[in-house]
Amino acid sequence: MSEATRLSHGKVRPGLIVTWTVLFIGGLIMVSPLAFMFSTSLKTADQIYDLRLIPAAPTLANYIAVLADGRFMRWFFNSTLIAVIVTVSNCFFDSLVGYTLAKFEFRGRYFIFLAILSTLMIPTEMLVIPWYLMSSQLGWLDSYWGIMFPGMMTAFGTFLMKQFFETVPNDFIEAARVDGLNEFQIWWKVALPLVTPALSALAIFTFLGNWTAFFWPLIVTTSKELYTLPVGLSSFAVEQSIQWEMIMTGAAIATLPTLLVFLVLQRYIVRGVMLAGLKG
Amino acid sequence: MAAIEQQGAASGRPGGSPGTSFGDRFSMRTRRLVWVWSFLALPILFYAIIRFYPTFQAFYLSFTNWDLLRPAKFIGFANYIKLFKDPQFWKVFKNTFTYLIVGTPISLVVAFTIAFFLDRVRFMHSFIRALYFLPFLTTAAAMAWVWRWFYQPPPIGIINDVFGMLGIPQQPFIRSTDQALFSIMVTAIWAGLGFQIIIFMAGLRAIPGTFYEAARIDGLGEWAILRKITLPLLKPTTVFLVVFSSIGFLRIFDQVYNMTTNDPGGPLGSTKPLVLMIYQTAFNSYAMGYAAAQTVVLFTILLIVSLLQLWILREKK
Repeated sequence: MSEATRLSHGKVRPGLIVTWTVLFIGGLIMVSPLAFMFSTSLKTADQIYDLRLIPAAPTLANYIAVLADGRFMRWFFNSTLIAVIVTVSNCFFDSLVGYTLAKFEFRGRYFIFLAILSTLMIPTEMLVIPWYLMSSQLGWLDSYWGIMFPGMMTAFGTFLMKQFFETVPNDFIEAARVDGLNEFQIWWKVALPLVTPALSALAIFTFLGNWTAFFWPLIVTTSKELYTLPVGLSSFAVEQSIQWEMIMTGAAIATLPTLLVFLVLQRYIVRGVMLAGLKG
Repeated sequence: MAAIEQQGAASGRPGGSPGTSFGDRFSMRTRRLVWVWSFLALPILFYAIIRFYPTFQAFYLSFTNWDLLRPAKFIGFANYIKLFKDPQFWKVFKNTFTYLIVGTPISLVVAFTIAFFLDRVRFMHSFIRALYFLPFLTTAAAMAWVWRWFYQPPPIGIINDVFGMLGIPQQPFIRSTDQALFSIMVTAIWAGLGFQIIIFMAGLRAIPGTFYEAARIDGLGEWAILRKITLPLLKPTTVFLVVFSSIGFLRIFDQVYNMTTNDPGGPLGSTKPLVLMIYQTAFNSYAMGYAAAQTVVLFTILLIVSLLQLWILREKK
């Protein structure tokens, strides 16, 4: 509202209108791949050469065909399950460790902090071969656990949560101790509610990272039933070869959930990215 | 938290503080330490088994000829020598650094320009910001296919269709050894731009308004303000994004793999980055030792980039 009134007050320089228009057109170009993906997913095979963004005769037939196949449902389920479990695990362990490192003094605290932080230097690509070996020896290949185990805790999340727990006043914790809460209850009931912005940022990042993860799931899964959505989509697209409307439907199914979540939580997500980007 | 440390000192000299208060405090301290280590037990186990042990194992494997079938045999630096003599490696090395050296400056300049102007726009600000940010939330593997479709020859590929309407000659894009790498790079820049814009905007917001006011009073023009105030004060943000973006390009995989499935890294290896070479060496050829040596090279490159960041940030602070 205030934005609109500022414009109508007539204090706007013409330069700003040009800036706004250029930025707006640039923004439309940025979302055009998404727009054309959704548009084509609503077209039949003989319409895909038609460049109009709004399909002449929109149809959900592609979605019905793709979902009736059953595999996409399974991959969707796999991806959701994995992303949710890993996110919950990170929110629990990263914040517990971050809290312990921020709010307790004990021998070895600094060493443990540095050790965890140093793992940020190690790229996943370097670990996949040992992980693959470990998984094949322990029978974790081609299993949900095999896909999930490398990401159950992260140094990034621990570091982020530690930074935020440091801002929690010690008086609160001492007061809770006096009230007779044990240390776990103090973390869970007193400290954790005070850092929900950081926790939601961590949850968003972890979920997004696992939902879009491709490299490790591609390596560790061999049976199609255990593919995650990105890996499944990749194999599906290769199979469809030139049926672009089907490939776009698959891509749309893989993209839709994160976009919908964004539309609902835009403010929190942007703030979370800023938080994590500046503190991390 | 300081309290525990004092108690720690107290417990170091038994009998120092007499009476029941010592016993109580000692047991409280012990109890708290039990909590600490029970909070940390599982994470320590995790980091030891899932992060540290595999790191050392990767170094070890890089000195072996392990191929999944026969037991690993120590072969010294043979993998590294083989790698540095392999012309394919140098091609991949060149590709990887082309992604980095061309992609990072382009994406940062574009992201900064958009952030700089978007920061001044109030009308529909969050809507326009959302337009730029949305691609960051997409799945790279999925969007690689969308872009692959865009790059098709006419009449399927939209870009060539638009070129046709504008009278621009048709382009082969991902089918050409000259254009494929840059076509894939555009996809990667597109996906990462939203994140960089948001971070740049956060950095711009953090610059105190008084700096600008002072500069205007001194009679500095827009361009001078940008050069003398905005950019220098934005340096930590810029350095962070340069490193973040560089690491992203050095590890590029999802887009290349999905846009070149007929001939991964093709045509003729012209788009193949280091991570794709690692993937193929390890999981198509099962030359695990050789692949491990390649991962160590990747690690070294990433380490140098990160250390460079620390060094640049420390230099002028």
